[in-house]
Amino acid sequence: MQLKRLSLAALAAAALTSLPAQAQTEIQWWHSMTGGLNDWVVDLANGFNASQKDYKVVPTYKGSYDESMTASIAAFRAGNAPHILQVYEVGTATMMAARGAVVPVGKVLADAGYKFEPKAYIPAVVGYYTAPSGQMLSFPFNSSTTVLNYNKDLFRKAGLDPNRPPSTWPELVGAAAKLKASGVACPFTTSWQSWTQLESFSTWHNTLFATQNNGFGGNGARLIFNSPLHVRHIENLANMAQQGLFHYRGRGNKGDAPFYSGECAMATASSSTYASIKKNAKFEFGIAPLPYYPEVPGAPQNTIIGGASLWVMAGKKPAEYKGVAAFFNYLTNAEIQAKSHQRTGYLPITLASFKLSEDSGFYKQNPGTDTAVNQMIRKTTDKSRGVRLGNFNQIRAIMDEELEQVWAGKKTAKQALDDAVKRGNEQLARFEAANK
Amino acid sequence: MAVEKRVRFRSWWLPWVLLAPQVAVIAVFFFWPAGQALLQSLQQQDAFGLSVEWVGLDNFRRLLADESYLDSFQTTALFSVLVAGLGLSLSLALAVFADRVLRGAGVYKTLLIWPYAVAPAVAGVLWLFMFAPSIGIVSYALRGLGYEWNHLLNSGQAMALIVFAAVWKQISYNFLFFLAGLQSIPKSLIEAAAIDGAGPWRRFWTVVFPLLSPTTFFLLVINVVYAFFDTFAIVDAATEGGPGKDTAILVYKVYYDGFKALDLGGSAAQSVVLMVIVVALTVVQFRYVEKKVNY
Repeated sequence: MQLKRLSLAALAAAALTSLPAQAQTEIQWWHSMTGGLNDWVVDLANGFNASQKDYKVVPTYKGSYDESMTASIAAFRAGNAPHILQVYEVGTATMMAARGAVVPVGKVLADAGYKFEPKAYIPAVVGYYTAPSGQMLSFPFNSSTTVLNYNKDLFRKAGLDPNRPPSTWPELVGAAAKLKASGVACPFTTSWQSWTQLESFSTWHNTLFATQNNGFGGNGARLIFNSPLHVRHIENLANMAQQGLFHYRGRGNKGDAPFYSGECAMATASSSTYASIKKNAKFEFGIAPLPYYPEVPGAPQNTIIGGASLWVMAGKKPAEYKGVAAFFNYLTNAEIQAKSHQRTGYLPITLASFKLSEDSGFYKQNPGTDTAVNQMIRKTTDKSRGVRLGNFNQIRAIMDEELEQVWAGKKTAKQALDDAVKRGNEQLARFEAANK
Repeated sequence: MAVEKRVRFRSWWLPWVLLAPQVAVIAVFFFWPAGQALLQSLQQQDAFGLSVEWVGLDNFRRLLADESYLDSFQTTALFSVLVAGLGLSLSLALAVFADRVLRGAGVYKTLLIWPYAVAPAVAGVLWLFMFAPSIGIVSYALRGLGYEWNHLLNSGQAMALIVFAAVWKQISYNFLFFLAGLQSIPKSLIEAAAIDGAGPWRRFWTVVFPLLSPTTFFLLVINVVYAFFDTFAIVDAATEGGPGKDTAILVYKVYYDGFKALDLGGSAAQSVVLMVIVVALTVVQFRYVEKKVNY
């Protein structure tokens, strides 16, 4: 299917290029979007290519996020990296540290004469990809955040109000117990356990996940997600697991499928699951903000972003950078942004596109789609801007490993989080040593 | 009577020319990458290779200080013994049966050889589907029998899952060699044993198995190497090393640290350790096990 689509796109592109006599500058864009999202990427490139004659953006699917990143690092070492590379948020610190390998997007835009207005963007989104100096390093492309999906049909069956999803963790435990009593095998599960239960959990409670403002303040950050609040939350989930209220369904996005199939009644997941739920679910569903602990001061604050941004690789010709800048400028257009947001469920990246979606009545017609936006649009604090740490891919794997020990009953929450912090800090020290 | 096996060449350069293609292949596909691994194991570099620093034996020191790395030796030992042991005995049994089949032998053999064409990652995914705790057909059947299957949190089950997948994938290869070995055993020997009154069981252990020993030995070496090196894709697809690190065998960590975590120095150091282990194991096998082999 995908191959066919790709080859069709390639044919179409070939047909287009053979027409104009004058040579176009080609811009290579490597990405990791599959299925409907791949169509979206191809449409964006085609839209840009049709809007002008000088440049041609060529999108290429290069495998999952970590695969395409490995591929472009290998390509960079061999001297033929793409112009634009889509990198997931976990890889942000690695890309930031690779000073000789990337060109800040702010510089690319300014050099080509485009004005870059940071205030036009949603703060938590643009803040994540901005250097301490205020320079925008990469172009926010597809951003999502953490939400609570729930099955309204199962809520009704359990005698719960389908329009009042649990807003706090104690409420969620109560709802899960009722769901279980009504015969639901899996009342609650989660995807991306470290992202939803520790990272976003921290900013949502305005509590630090790591020192140095979660790594935004510069080097030398150390993990501190073994605070009493974190331990309490993981303990809470461990108790839920023991009572059969929380079912662990695996790492990464493995928790999504049992929610789509109607097996699990509630799931904390990425807001980008919206399109897939809408397509797959044979039940009425709702999207609620992440639950919180009401007695924690400052909660709820804001959740943090996931997804990916576009990085510009170094060592290309000036004309090509002009093309990259023109393409990014095209992508910031409010209407294109709003269309992308409504089509994919990713966050609107500029405030104007959010406004445009609101005015067009999109959120009224598609209830729940504004949940993610509302969680993100607030003014962020130093503690809640996001988590940006080196070797974060490995740290997430460590958190997965340690949390699994808790769900299996082999370690207490405190012990597992202490161990995760200790092992994660070794990764941070190692990253600093390699990127002096 | 000692037979002179060596061939003597008159010219000094001809043997080298004849050897050259083989030497070139080994140099390009073994010595060069192995040398690179040795070199990188003494360095620490960032993902893009922008800064390279000589760190001496730091990468090795860090590995030895890492408890989870030491644990993964045990995991790997268990995994390799299970994969080689189960893989060899199952395929030997299948080959013995295939050797006796008269009708439909071709179909039977083809079906057994099939899994060899399946990529390791695909094998991992296939088994994962069957055993997926909520949707897998096997785990569903097991639940019906009152046995709860959840390899996401049960380490024993997770280990069993990757062993099944790895063995299943390798059975075809072993089967082919065992079958060829069985077919090269002269029928007259077995008939003679039968006339002497030895039953099938006895004939197998006293005549067939000793004559198969060169094949068995070769397959033992190959299977150990397979379990050590070629199985990371199965682990990656089926368990990602979990729960915790309980199925993170050594080569999976090499793959993970090198290709996912982009820590080339640490990954190279682990490859060197792995290389040393396999060389040592092979030496042991050739020195001690080979003595029991009759050619």
